[in-house]
This record gives sequence, structure tokens and C-alpha cells, in this order.
Amino acid sequence: MVRPGFVWAVPAAIFFGLFAIVPLVFVAILSFTSWNGLGTPHFNGVQNWVDLAHDPVMIQSLYLSVLLTFLGVAIQTPMSILLGVWAAGHQRNRAILSAIYFVPLLLSSAAIAVLWRGLLDPNFGIPGQYRWLFGNGNLFGSQRSAIAVLVFVGAWQFTPFHTLIYQGGARSIPPVLYQAAQVDGAGTVRTFFSITLPQLRNSMITSVILMIVGGLTAFDTVLILTAGGPGTSTTISAYYMYQKAFQSFSFGTASAIGLVLALVATAISLVVVRATGYDKMRSTQEGL
Amino acid sequence: MKARPNYLAGLGAFIWLIIVAVPLYVMLQATFETQVGYGKSGALGFPSTFTLDNYINAFTVGFGHYFVNTLIVTVSVVLIVVVLVLPLSYAVVRNLGRRTTFVFRLFLLGLAIPAQAVIVPIFYLISLAGLYDKLIGIILPTAAFALPICTLILSGSMRDISPELYDAMAMDGATSTRTFFRLVVPLSKGGISTIVVFSALQAWNGFLFPLILTQSDSNRVITLGLFNFQTQYGINIPGLLAAVVMSMIPVLLVYLFARRALVQGLMGMGGK
Repeated sequence: MVRPGFVWAVPAAIFFGLFAIVPLVFVAILSFTSWNGLGTPHFNGVQNWVDLAHDPVMIQSLYLSVLLTFLGVAIQTPMSILLGVWAAGHQRNRAILSAIYFVPLLLSSAAIAVLWRGLLDPNFGIPGQYRWLFGNGNLFGSQRSAIAVLVFVGAWQFTPFHTLIYQGGARSIPPVLYQAAQVDGAGTVRTFFSITLPQLRNSMITSVILMIVGGLTAFDTVLILTAGGPGTSTTISAYYMYQKAFQSFSFGTASAIGLVLALVATAISLVVVRATGYDKMRSTQEGL
Repeated sequence: MKARPNYLAGLGAFIWLIIVAVPLYVMLQATFETQVGYGKSGALGFPSTFTLDNYINAFTVGFGHYFVNTLIVTVSVVLIVVVLVLPLSYAVVRNLGRRTTFVFRLFLLGLAIPAQAVIVPIFYLISLAGLYDKLIGIILPTAAFALPICTLILSGSMRDISPELYDAMAMDGATSTRTFFRLVVPLSKGGISTIVVFSALQAWNGFLFPLILTQSDSNRVITLGLFNFQTQYGINIPGLLAAVVMSMIPVLLVYLFARRALVQGLMGMGGK
């Protein structure tokens, strides 16, 4: 029996180690240094961490990150479950409709954010023409409406992806369960809550984890749509990190925020996985 | 068995269709209007003028050039990913030794690393290597962050090659190199096309690495061009939207001709 040697794995391992694992170690080290982007970083102990703990913008940004992530999960999850279950069926026009559904998935976040920035422009966009609905038409003018815009655009961009996850999940539910429910005389609603939803548990865990990690780290939409404003009222932590690094050139502080984000995202994922027993790979189809 | 039609889900699907389709329609019709015409007829109004100037304008502000840059980045990323992931997946599936398993675990860990969290060290390393503001500086990290998912996808599809085929190759006295080129690569075509489409999409739509690793106009890619256009000519909405449409065209073409591979690739996007 001829088996490929370890050497086949080496090029990819080196490449990946250099650009992903090494930076991860580096971000931890840099978080204890002061570095302005030029010259060499030098150690300054826990100074960055102390500064961040006393920085009101940082504290607020953590709250905003959690708020935006929470709103994203709360809005996208029911929507994508509904759409995913629907798209898993065999309706006549489903193929054509789902082709349109998935268009947002194909676009870059930059294109999506630029598109919505244009559509929602205070002077030339949709809101300005429907003042009875949108007030003064400037959705980027107050914290409340700016957050609403970010949540809406996030949902527009990512609901199709999560719909795909639930569609896959719903397709793999064994039909025998539905037959049994029908024999028992369960209606559509009852069937949905007693069979479809519990069977989608694994899809739900995957989808929610991805939403949490994505919500905490993505800042391109914030950068293009609101630039963290008005003021600092939509400055989420990931965007604050970007500002610290590439606008105020405090790379050490930015690394500390980056490390916090990586740790929080990993921790939340682990908690979700643990709490739901996903790590034990428990089957949703016990007894089958 | 088919249950009664689910009206609630159907209604949700219809509402979602409107939410997705209306902005896309507004975008498309606006690109054929003059700036004045768009201001007059409004975003949701019926177009009052017709012009191709917005697309011509997009070219004159540099989008043709950004297009070429993005194409170079995309092709290079795809090549690197395929060349690295093919042998790695072969090793993961067929060499069950401890070291290979360790590498595979490392890649799984890599799935959880958000690229955003490590932009500072990547900026540092790329600057240190003298690759700042060069296309190669975008290509390398973009390819690296596409590796974990592509390895997961490709090794998954390689597992479907039956052991008897390997045995037959061994019987003929084939080396692992010969087995790789004669058996593994031809039988992994489906998986390969999925990772090609996935990594191409990542590279084409990538914004983060170009944003922090380039600055000059000559090395600008299309996503960064959009961002730049918006900050400079933000009030020219039709011009802006024409640039957005141009950035989408290649992806939509792939969507039309390789829908299956694309949807599978998108499912893989979950990691990012």
C-alpha cells in the first residue's frame, strides 16, 4: 500500500502558519507594545490594557457590538428559518425565486454598503422622498436610525446565507417524521414547532455562531455606511480597532482590541457549542 | 408526502423577494439615468432619461484598471489555493499519521480565526517583507485565509474516492505522485471546481486586506475603488451605482454558468 508522505502537507502548512498562526501569536505580543507603524514596536507592559479599560469609547463600543450582534441574530434567525424551510419545499416557482434571493450573497460587503449608502442618501435617496415615513430623511443623523440602517443592511446581506444553512438542514429531515405527525393528526403549525424546529437544532447552532463571530468582527459595513457616526454612536469595537490602528496609528492598542475580539468570539462560540451539546455530536435523530 | 401549502412561509418568502428585488431594480435603473434625471424622478420613480454615461464615467475614473488588478489578484489567489490545497487534502485523506492530523487540526482552528482580529500583525509582517502597497501583498494573506475552508471542502470530496481504486493503483506499482495525478486529481473535479469558485469569490469581493495593505491608485482593486468613489463623488449616485453594477458582472456570470459550484462554495463561506 502506497501512502503519501507528510511532505505533501508541508507547503500548505508553512504558508498557513506564516499568514494565520504567526499573526495570531503576534497580535498577543503586540498588545503589550507601543508601536506607531514606523520603526520597531517596544514593550510598554499592560499600558494598552489599562488605557482601554478607562476609555469610554471602548466601553461603549463593546456595548454597541453586542447590541448590533444581538439585533442581527434576533432578526435574521426567524426570517432565515422561515425562508429556509420554505425554500426546502417543492413549490413551482421556487427555483426562480431562490435565484433572486441569493443575489446579495454574491456581492462584496463593499458593494452592498456603497449601494445602500447611495439608496439611503439623505438628499438623493429613498428616505428624502418619503418624509412621512422617514422624518427628515437623514437616516445617518441619529444613533437610533443609524443602528437601524446597520441592522437592516446586515440582514439584507446575510439572511440569504443563513437561509441556505436552514434549507440544507430542512432537506435532511427524514420524511417519516412528517408522516408520523400526519398520522397523529398534527397541523402545519404543530408540525413546525414539534418536528421541523427541533430537527433544525444543529443548523441553528452553526448559523448563530457564524452570526455572532461575523457580527463582532465585521466593520466594513460600518466603515462605509456610518463611519462610526454620528459622533462615535455606531463605533463598534472592530471599527474602533481599525481607527486606532490605521487612523491614529496606535497599533499596540489596536492589537489589544483585536485580541479581545478574537477571544470573545471564540469564547462565545465555545459556550454555544457546549451549552447545546453540539460538541458531543449528538444526533438530532435519536431512536432513528 | 406533501403537507398543505405553508401560507406563512410563503408570505415571508414573498416579502423577502420584495426586499431583495426592489433595491436591485432601483440600482439597475438608476445607472441608466443622468444625475439630474435621477434627482428629478427619484429613486423609486419611473426613469425619465436614458444614458450610458455612468458606465463610461466609471471607466474614466479608473475602474477598467481596478478591474484588471482585481483579476490579477483573483487568478493568483485561486492558483495558490489549488496548488497548496490539492496535495494537503490528499495527505489528510490518505496519510493518517500524527503530523498530518496535527496540521489538519491547525487548519480547523484556523477556521475560527477572524481575519479582522489579526489585521495589525498582518500589516506588520507585510510591511516587514516589503510587500506593502503591492498586489502580491493582498494575494498572500487572502489565499492563506481561504485555505482552511477549501481544505475542508476538498478533503471531504476526496474521501468519496473508493479504497479499491487506490489498491488497484498500488497493484500496478504506482507511486504516490502517480496516484495523485492519475487518480486523485481527475476524481476530485467537483471539489476542485467548488474551491476554485469559492476562493475566486473571496478574492474578488475581498475588501479588508486591500484596505489595509494598499494605498496607491495603481494598485487599487475594485472594492476599494467603490469605497474611494463613494468618499470622493458621493453625491453622484447613478455613477456610484454603475460602478457597483460593474463590480458584480463577473460574479453574476459565474452564477449563471456554475451555479452549483457557486452555491457549494458559498456554503463554505460560513467560516468567514
